[in-house]
Amino acid sequence: MSSATFSEDGMTAPRRGTRWHILVFLAPAFIVYSAVMILPLIETLRLSLYNTVDGQPAFVGLANFQVLFGNERWAADFWRALKNNFVFFAIHMLIQNPLGIALAAMLSIPKLRLATFYRTAIFLPTILSFVIVGFIWKLILSPIWGITPFFMDLVGLKWMFGPWLGKPGSALITVSLISVWQNVGIPMMLIYAALLNIPDEVIEAAECDGITGWSQFWKIKLPLVLPAIGMVSILTFVGNFNAFDLIYTVQGALAGPDGSTDILGTLLYRTFFGFQLQLGDRSMGATIATVMFLIILAGVSLYLFGIQRRVRRYQF
Amino acid sequence: MSKARMSPLRSGFVHLALAGYTVIALFPVVLTIFNSFKDKNAIFRTPLALPTAETFSLVGYTTVLKQGDFFGYFQNSLIVTVVSIFFALLFGAMAAFALSEYRFRGNMLMGLYLAIGIMIPIRLGTVAILQGMVAAGLVNTLTALILVYTAQGLPLAIFILSEFMRTVSDDLKNAGRIDGLSEYAIFFRLVLPLVRPAMATVAVFTMIPIWNDLWFPLILAPGEATKTVTLGSQVFIGQFVTNWNAVLAALSLAILPVLVLYIIFSRQLIRGITAGAVK
Repeated sequence: MSSATFSEDGMTAPRRGTRWHILVFLAPAFIVYSAVMILPLIETLRLSLYNTVDGQPAFVGLANFQVLFGNERWAADFWRALKNNFVFFAIHMLIQNPLGIALAAMLSIPKLRLATFYRTAIFLPTILSFVIVGFIWKLILSPIWGITPFFMDLVGLKWMFGPWLGKPGSALITVSLISVWQNVGIPMMLIYAALLNIPDEVIEAAECDGITGWSQFWKIKLPLVLPAIGMVSILTFVGNFNAFDLIYTVQGALAGPDGSTDILGTLLYRTFFGFQLQLGDRSMGATIATVMFLIILAGVSLYLFGIQRRVRRYQF
Repeated sequence: MSKARMSPLRSGFVHLALAGYTVIALFPVVLTIFNSFKDKNAIFRTPLALPTAETFSLVGYTTVLKQGDFFGYFQNSLIVTVVSIFFALLFGAMAAFALSEYRFRGNMLMGLYLAIGIMIPIRLGTVAILQGMVAAGLVNTLTALILVYTAQGLPLAIFILSEFMRTVSDDLKNAGRIDGLSEYAIFFRLVLPLVRPAMATVAVFTMIPIWNDLWFPLILAPGEATKTVTLGSQVFIGQFVTNWNAVLAALSLAILPVLVLYIIFSRQLIRGITAGAVK
């Protein structure tokens, strides 16, 4: 791991004993990062093993998790939030990332006119806050304003229109698609960058062999950008299992209608902070945060040790 | 360059697809801004029309500026964002310099430790962060937000900046040492100016999530005096759901600064993302 010896930096003078400046350079970042991020994270994990028993905080082992997974009051909410979160993630993986790849592939066509304009415009929603995006779409999808029915009428689909955000059956999909609309810029940019990094010689060699167009994309370019696709997937995973803002803005803390858009982030907020009649519960909040931590950790580990190492990287 | 030219038909399709998606990406934003300048009748009767002399109205903006303390919210967001970025960049650059310049016991371990935060979101520690802020008496202060966002920005700043600092020439630094510069002077006077472009990239990356965050303002600083723009517009719009003029005006006011900054810095931002993706 670490270099075992205290080697000299560069070619400078003999040893000066403790090199205090290293400590000075590292200390501020280390202290702030540890105190505000790492220690609270550990403390949160620890709190998930405690609960209030007879008004006293007491160590309860995994009892909180048992309650969360099995208790009738908690389990239904938790499993629904977890399931919704996986649906939320699946929609991103199935729509956002392929769409991002398609846009990136088109943008990376050499000498494409207006490419900078397209790129800048399509990335714009990504920098807006969830609050802005959430409210804009709420207005646009609102039956009162009638923007969406008007457009659907143009293509003859007006009969399909419904208050999608207000129906339990369609609300989660609608919210996910809003999130896709906002975030598609990220996969697009990362894959666009990867596509630009493919050397011209590789493409020319392919063309000499008669591989062009579609088959060039599938056989040459896509395998070369797999590492970028892997990275996009893990970013999507972490972002989705940590999501909160958009659903809170569009559907409120109760993640309505009827909890149909509740994901782990909104469940954590309600549990920990309380909402309306429900009182905040620190221990159960910590328990949900711990579950989220374990899910994200599992995803990141799978990516780092399973996928990232196996994906073949080509050195040019 | 590639020899195979695209047929006009195919390039036409590509433009159609890209332009189509561009419209999908821009339309909601443009629609909001246009309609914020119309009177209520026009918003509902001709939502797709540009504001004309007859339908032009600023009633939404006057409501918003009268009712909500938007300037206060802007000020809070600005203070929080600027101060957090300053500290994340300063502390991040210092740590990145230590990690990339010196070989010492535990260097790699420290690098890994500081990188955990790139993947594990700080939000998961919220329960204990709030507890700590309560104990420190920092709830409903901007300091609480600044501390959290500095910590949140550090891992990525350290990661990107140390990559860049490795590219600063050793000869330059050693020449400085021979001239008797202290290690601090080498960092502040030689290295820091050279990594300024990377600092700008990190600043833009760090800025967006801080400015847009709703979670921590909601939990750590929901008081009227410390509301950020994101939380302020969330609460404000929630209260005015039926006043469409006010809602559209509030949204436009929240979009405007981001839009201006984006138009100025989009090149920088996009270059940053596309260069960072290669690693």
